[in-house]
Amino acid sequence: MATRLAVPSRKGKKSGQKPPLESADRKAATQNKWASILIAPTLILLGVVIVYPIISGIFMSFQSDAGLDPETGLFADGGFAGISNYTGWIMQQCPAVGGGTVDCPPGTLGSQFWSATSNTFFFAAVTVVLETIIGFWMALIMARSFRGRGLVRAAVLVPWAIPTAVTAKLWFFIFAFQGIANELFNTTILWTGSEWPAKWAIIIADVWKTTPFMALLILAGLQMIPGDVYEAAKVDGASTWQRFRHITLPLVKPALMVAILFRVLDALRMYDLPAILTGGANNTSTLSILVVDQIRQGFNSAAALSTITFLIIFLVAFIFVRFLGANVSEGSGVIKKAKTK
Amino acid sequence: MTQAAAPTATRPASTSPHRRNVSSRERWASVRTYVSAAVIVIWCLLPAYWMVLTAFREVAFTYDTAFWPTHVTLDNFRTAFATDTGNNLSLALFNSLIIGASVTLIALVVGVFAAYALSRIDFPFKFIILGFILGASMFPGVALITPLFQLFTDIGWIGTYQALIIPNISFVLPLTVYTLTAFFREMPWELEEAARIDGCTQGQAFRKVIMPLAAPAVFTTAILAFISSWNEFLIASQLSNDSTQPVTVAIASFTGSQPQQEPYTAVMAAGTIVTIPLVILVLILQKRIVEGLTAGAVK
Repeated sequence: MATRLAVPSRKGKKSGQKPPLESADRKAATQNKWASILIAPTLILLGVVIVYPIISGIFMSFQSDAGLDPETGLFADGGFAGISNYTGWIMQQCPAVGGGTVDCPPGTLGSQFWSATSNTFFFAAVTVVLETIIGFWMALIMARSFRGRGLVRAAVLVPWAIPTAVTAKLWFFIFAFQGIANELFNTTILWTGSEWPAKWAIIIADVWKTTPFMALLILAGLQMIPGDVYEAAKVDGASTWQRFRHITLPLVKPALMVAILFRVLDALRMYDLPAILTGGANNTSTLSILVVDQIRQGFNSAAALSTITFLIIFLVAFIFVRFLGANVSEGSGVIKKAKTK
Repeated sequence: MTQAAAPTATRPASTSPHRRNVSSRERWASVRTYVSAAVIVIWCLLPAYWMVLTAFREVAFTYDTAFWPTHVTLDNFRTAFATDTGNNLSLALFNSLIIGASVTLIALVVGVFAAYALSRIDFPFKFIILGFILGASMFPGVALITPLFQLFTDIGWIGTYQALIIPNISFVLPLTVYTLTAFFREMPWELEEAARIDGCTQGQAFRKVIMPLAAPAVFTTAILAFISSWNEFLIASQLSNDSTQPVTVAIASFTGSQPQQEPYTAVMAAGTIVTIPLVILVLILQKRIVEGLTAGAVK
């Protein structure tokens, strides 16, 4: 904060020098040229690794997968499919032997679209709610000044630093039948072997792994609140709860909403934990797992599903930014400063 | 600072009858703080501790429930590095290093220019470009995997390093750009001008003033970029083969000497090897890492 205030703004410098208008224009033109030269490599690279695959994926999703031609009985390329790949997933229709489509038989990938979608949203909702509540609590504790605070702040970084794949294996071991979880709680649950225990195993592992990230983001938001606001409220006789409700919450809200948005988008693409913990068995499959499973059975159909997944995530991000006040441009300083400059 | 720093720092001038009441309440609050802090530390460290503990336990005592080292052995590390069961942890570590280093290098070399422009120069569409880069970092990897899988199959790139490096750039580069942009914004650039006034050439000002100032920011960003590449699993699990798979994929498919039995102790040993250097690095650079993590989001 202090450094930012000390730095004279670019505008201030310019007006101080009062250059002639023409020269200012020329300077702006040179700056624009420099800016585009400096930014071009990043945009080109992102275009190659993101925009090209998206467009290619959308194009693929309108082609049908190669398969046995029902009329000739020969293996043939699919050709244009219209929106049949999309309707196939959404209506859960699979190609029938004699042409046309039938309801996908249970157990096939085609029959799992809606269950995978609801699992994805279920995991995202439950993990993000838990992570927000626990993360907020952790952040409030870490914001206090007490001896050993450094230790707590260091400890929360440990789950964050462990790769998700390792986290999944670790919790797989903890939740093993003879593992420590059953031992500690004196239960005999086949954690990864049936639907609800498996879902909770995934949720617990995810909450353990990502709550620290949430806590650190909220902590950074808390540290932006000036202390004298609390002093003033205390002098006015506000209770702890009132101070939390009327000072902490509103002031930390922009940072909190950005943190929640980040986490929701991250949770909606969840793959590593369920893929390693359960492999998507027992109705724990997510959309990401379904896409990956489908790739080897047909690119084009998988492309349709990954496009649907992308659209769902895009839609959720849009709803967040538009309606729930996750104002990225306000919460995220990077953009805010760019805007005000 | 924060609300909770207040109670000890400034005690409202209260009359003496109330004073004992307040201080006992303060003591109670401090006890609660310590209990909560202990709960957080235990919750965060216990599972990781369990991994390290199991890594040093004999296979026959895999399910030992003692919370202290028992039946200590280094066998699991030998098993983890042994190649006779089809695991090749040393190769996987090497692959992860190659992939992580390449991705980090590319992202930094390209991203540092963009971050400089975004933090220092005014130009039109800056807001849109930043939004695009921020959006790109949240892009679901699964939307890339299908087209890339087909493309790389067509050109025979499945299982090559470049097939693993290129997709990682999609999320590491945006992360690099916005972390660096946030860092660069906080830098006292006017020192450069001051150095010029004091007689430095532009080159000297850059070398002696800007470089030392920017180096920690660039280094922290490099660590964050490397970690996010090192941790990647989804794309690597589909586009790698036995000779190029990174550690995350190798550990997920670890096999033991008994085909039907999950080699938990060896997996925990491998997990420990993969994690410990990272954790040590993160703890050493703790303050900067946290700064970098939160820079893009809340600063």
